[in-house]
Amino acid sequence: MNRLSSFNVVSLTFGFAFLYLPMLILVIYSFNKSKLVTVWAGFSTKWYGELLNNEAFLDAAWVTLKVAVISSSIATVLGTMAAYTLVRGGRFFGRTLFSGMIYAPLVMPEVITGLSLLLLFIGVGMDRGVMTIVLAHTTFSMCFVSVVVSSRLATFDRSLEEAALDLGASPFQAFRLITLPIIAPAVVSGWLLAFTLSLDDLVIASFATGPSATTLPMKIWSSVRLGVSPEINALSSILIGLVASGVVIASLASKRNSVRLRFEERTAERL
Amino acid sequence: MRRFVLISVPYLWLLTLFLIPFVIVFKIALSDAALAIPPYMPTMKDGLSAMFSQLDFENFVFLTEDDLYWKAYLSSLKIAFISTVLTLLLGYPIAYAMARAPHEWRATLMMLIILPFWTSFLIRVYAWVGILSTEGLLNRFLFWIGAIREPLMILNTSTAVYIGIVYTYIPFMILPIYAALERLDASLIEAAEDLGCSRMKAFWLITIPLSKGGIIAGCFLVFIPALGEFVIPSLLGGSGTLMIGKVLFEEFFSNRDWPVASAVAVILLIILIIPIILFQRNEQRQQEAEG
Repeated sequence: MNRLSSFNVVSLTFGFAFLYLPMLILVIYSFNKSKLVTVWAGFSTKWYGELLNNEAFLDAAWVTLKVAVISSSIATVLGTMAAYTLVRGGRFFGRTLFSGMIYAPLVMPEVITGLSLLLLFIGVGMDRGVMTIVLAHTTFSMCFVSVVVSSRLATFDRSLEEAALDLGASPFQAFRLITLPIIAPAVVSGWLLAFTLSLDDLVIASFATGPSATTLPMKIWSSVRLGVSPEINALSSILIGLVASGVVIASLASKRNSVRLRFEERTAERL
Repeated sequence: MRRFVLISVPYLWLLTLFLIPFVIVFKIALSDAALAIPPYMPTMKDGLSAMFSQLDFENFVFLTEDDLYWKAYLSSLKIAFISTVLTLLLGYPIAYAMARAPHEWRATLMMLIILPFWTSFLIRVYAWVGILSTEGLLNRFLFWIGAIREPLMILNTSTAVYIGIVYTYIPFMILPIYAALERLDASLIEAAEDLGCSRMKAFWLITIPLSKGGIIAGCFLVFIPALGEFVIPSLLGGSGTLMIGKVLFEEFFSNRDWPVASAVAVILLIILIIPIILFQRNEQRQQEAEG
């Protein structure tokens, strides 16, 4: 099984080139001196400098970061609660509806989610701005968190929790001391997923916001509609760099964590 | 008591911010344009009977009369379908090669597939604008190697939309297929080859059928979001490419016709329900087969 035919090598090379070349080109051209994005006129970092002086972009970046941190944190709490309910809750009134509402936003086109939320905010007469974007982002990202956490909850050994309860722990103590540390990697990756979804979202934020708040994707959108600009290339390169280093660090951390966890489980078995 | 809080908080959140908004969309889709022109006042306080007496299907009739909407729905279906097939054709060999790669590479390969998914969707689509435009890099490259004399028009055509969809959604195709292929027992193929099957025939008779679940899952994961896509057709497709997500967005923000936008959303939802149900059936069947 472990031999790669030349066809396999070609498809891997081609596949990864397809995935990464466009982004690589984007990054390379962010260092282009020329305003014309497709003509190379020498190396320069001036677009990064201009970006740092562009108040509108910095404001939008700050709004985006604020929204992402707040919404992903609320979404992590709600999504973990929802996952716990789905996996451990047993039967309760309206369970099918509940799980439907968890899974539906995952496949719902963004235009529909955005439209429906806007109509709600207007219906109840809410001022649209940072607050409404946070509500909108929390709603769809809590579903992603819940899916990530519930897959972890479903595979873990329930007898550990039962043992804690037998030994006199309260249900909350058992959750805090046993369940939470075990599902922590999933909770963290749920938070990260919610955070990037919020950073990335254009459509739902455009519907949910009012004139007072503009997010970074909305700002990028309004300028890329006019064509390619080197400033956007610079901004994109910064974002790509941040995400790439974030993902590498997170995956290294989770690898170490899972090795440690496996070691602890094995030691526990031996005892 | 604690259990009640645990269940009711996320439940109420989703009811208020997911389900009720949908009811409002349905309600507005069925109400008169005159009533709903901004500033819009939902007339829920008149009571349910008043609400239902105001409903009419005018907006839906309007959608059937104006062929813009028909064309947009049909062309969304066509674009979503063709790009799903293209994604499958491109994604399968990659997933296959990943499943055959040495064990120690696989985690890295997986990460390389997932990594683009974490980068901004908007930026990944934007990256293609500079490549595909008339004076873009692709045209310059083709001109340089002498393949073309006149620049190709790719940006602002449906070809660019296909490229954009395949590019952004290919990880969704690769991952489920890879998961299915990795579980595949290699001895089955050896057995088939021992029994005189050619490699190609073994592939068609064993590998493809055993990865069917992954193929189906991947196709739905690409088809469903592609159907309602807004960013890709707006950025790469130009004014000539009709897709329903784009029509909805423009109906709402440019024409400010909310009842029609809501009716467009309702129909899009109805079209999507069929593939979503099929997808969930497929997932359940997979789980049962594994358990």
